[in-house]
Amino acid sequence: MPVRDRGLWHHFDSLDHQADSNLLGMWVFLATELLVFGALFTGYSAYRWRYPAGFEAGSRHLNLLIGGVNTVVLLTSSLTMALAVRAASQGRQALLVRLLLATLFLGSAFLGLKAVEYRQDYLERLVPGLAFDRGAWQELHVNPNHVQLFLIFYYVMTGIHALHLTIGIGVLGILTLKASRGHFTPQYSAPVEMWGLYWHFVDIIWLFLLPLLYLVSTRTSFY
Amino acid sequence: MTTLTTPYRPQAKVTETTAENYLNVAYGVKSWLLTTDHKRIGLLYLMSVTVMFFVGGVAATLIRLNLLTPHGQLVTADTYNKLFSAHGIVMVFFFLVPVVPTVLGNFMLPLMIGARDLAFPRLNLASWYIYLVGAFLMLLVLFSGGVDTGWTFYTPFSSKASHTNVLPAVTAIVIAGFSSIFTGLNFVVTVHRLRAPGLTWFRLPLFVWSLYSTSIIMLLATPVLAMLFVLLAIERLWGVGIFDPALDGDPLLFQHLFWFYSHPAVYIMILPGMGIVSEILPCFSRKNIFGYQFIAFSSISIAVIGFLVWGHHMFVAGESVYAALVFSLLSYLVAVPSAIKVFNWTATLYKGSVSFQTPMLFALGFIGLFTIGGLTGLMLAALGLNIHVHDTYFIVAHFHFIMVGGMVMGYMAGLHYWWPKMTGKMYSEWWARLSALIIFVGFILTFMPQFILGYLGMPRRYHVYPAEFQVLNVLSTAGASILGVGYLLPFAYLIASLFGRTRSGPNPWAATGLEWQTPSPPPPQNFLVTPHVTCGPYEYALSSEGDHASS
Ligand SMILES: [Cu+2]
Repeated sequence: MPVRDRGLWHHFDSLDHQADSNLLGMWVFLATELLVFGALFTGYSAYRWRYPAGFEAGSRHLNLLIGGVNTVVLLTSSLTMALAVRAASQGRQALLVRLLLATLFLGSAFLGLKAVEYRQDYLERLVPGLAFDRGAWQELHVNPNHVQLFLIFYYVMTGIHALHLTIGIGVLGILTLKASRGHFTPQYSAPVEMWGLYWHFVDIIWLFLLPLLYLVSTRTSFY
Repeated sequence: MTTLTTPYRPQAKVTETTAENYLNVAYGVKSWLLTTDHKRIGLLYLMSVTVMFFVGGVAATLIRLNLLTPHGQLVTADTYNKLFSAHGIVMVFFFLVPVVPTVLGNFMLPLMIGARDLAFPRLNLASWYIYLVGAFLMLLVLFSGGVDTGWTFYTPFSSKASHTNVLPAVTAIVIAGFSSIFTGLNFVVTVHRLRAPGLTWFRLPLFVWSLYSTSIIMLLATPVLAMLFVLLAIERLWGVGIFDPALDGDPLLFQHLFWFYSHPAVYIMILPGMGIVSEILPCFSRKNIFGYQFIAFSSISIAVIGFLVWGHHMFVAGESVYAALVFSLLSYLVAVPSAIKVFNWTATLYKGSVSFQTPMLFALGFIGLFTIGGLTGLMLAALGLNIHVHDTYFIVAHFHFIMVGGMVMGYMAGLHYWWPKMTGKMYSEWWARLSALIIFVGFILTFMPQFILGYLGMPRRYHVYPAEFQVLNVLSTAGASILGVGYLLPFAYLIASLFGRTRSGPNPWAATGLEWQTPSPPPPQNFLVTPHVTCGPYEYALSSEGDHASS
């Protein structure tokens, strides 16, 4: 029996073969994920096309400042993630750990800011079913039903996005632990690369959410 | 040095009685519950989906019993609603969708492509546990009052109007959906990355092509259903009106998203059956398959076009006339690849040396019943006729011909074909042929009268009906009881075969596929030596290509 590499499953021929298959698995999974958000984009589009005024009015009440800052935070985290993948493939252990930690920190910062934003939305009575002021919208000559529909899609889309980010942070935490124990080598770095793909995907989704939710109409103020 | 090469040459040297196989390699509950062997996981799935099949079957039995008399004396209208909902939900989401991929696909796919396992063995086991969680939750829902929405969960039945366990039920379905997604992911990567040396795409068995197409549908359709149910849950929990016209929501959006999953899901429920038939016909007519590439690509094109026809479920629901026209046309188009398959199967039989063993009987039953189901599907795709028979028993009969006459027949064909490979034992051929016959006769008697009932105007989903429909309903119920016997028989003789002494040997059907070149039951690593593939999967004595016969 030839000696098998560490971390190699019996049904693959080599670590390369295994890494290659793992990456393909992640790509296929991301195709599924695309349809997760695709379904929501479809529902959003149907109602936005039908109720443009309500969607514009709702959008103007979201906090573009936090949304914008979060975009920068998330894009930076993609940079650190990409550098982490590079560090893993070069076998630079200490750098890998630091970059993963940076990504973790930026991802958590996004979630923190998002939580602050949700709280503000609640205080401004922008949560259908929990805190929503129909009369205030009627005074603005906007149909509150249409604003509600916008807000529902806002919460579902950003909520599912935040869920994905939370899962990503969890996985990155495990990867950081493993990296700090010297688990990854230039020959065995596929998990970092795989979850790097996932991380970038979650970022790209946000790049679609930002204009769809925050930039529906021309705005005069940021929040 | 021994190597395995195709075409198949019987290897007399294989002594399997003492050899290590996937069943005797380890014993004990833990060795099963923590296994990552795709063959063991296939058997775990076999047991779980069989339980769900019987749960759905009990609901069906009660439905048919209630319809024996026009006044519905057995159950109340409410209970009846819960019964047909339970039957539909359990059979669609917990039996028909998973059954062939997770049982036969899980077991056979790596063997058929000469791999040692699926690409992600732990994910495979996880998908079984996820399925179990979904199934348990569903059973819990059913035994704690059930749901009355029908399997389609249309709003407002499922939002404002229902006070039953809608939320736990859709949660169970979403959970089971994740198990489908993981199975599909595993299959796609396995087919791409783990084929044996020399096994090119056009040497793949057609069952593999059909599983691959099925996986694509599972991956791309299931998440849409999951998100739809998230939206539905929010509507119920927060009392907002995503699909409520009173709050400017659109109930048609629910139906669009629902059928964007559920029409392709029909192909999740039929493509694997078509793949099984494509394996069995060449074997039992000793003849190469006719039009291999046409059958392979028809699977892919069914998967693609199948995504574009969902609107044919809303012809009378307020969809625009133009949309209806387009969806009607596309629905005709999706019938073309299915027809291509049927013609190729028929051509495979032509001048073949046909023998009628059990798998072949089921496969031939599949072709006949599927053809009837497919042709009536064309009638339903026509706008005018659709309006006449919409929501009648005509629809019920049509999709049962596809799903039961097609998929369950196909599953039975595959189960009987590969049972000796899975267990190393041969069942009683006499009993098996009898059950094939009983199932066929029972099926026809159950559902043919429903075509007539529907055409005469009997609506579906009512627990009472006008007295003039009673004769046909009695016929249907009589057929269902025969069908029930037909399904119980295999349960008995297949289990009996496990305790019998009839060993099947590695290749009881003298078939050519890779899976038959390894002992039965297969060793834990599937193959003692890595196979090298040098030709297509159906190199039987007779050729379908005429001139190439001698080459
Ligand atoms: Cu359909």
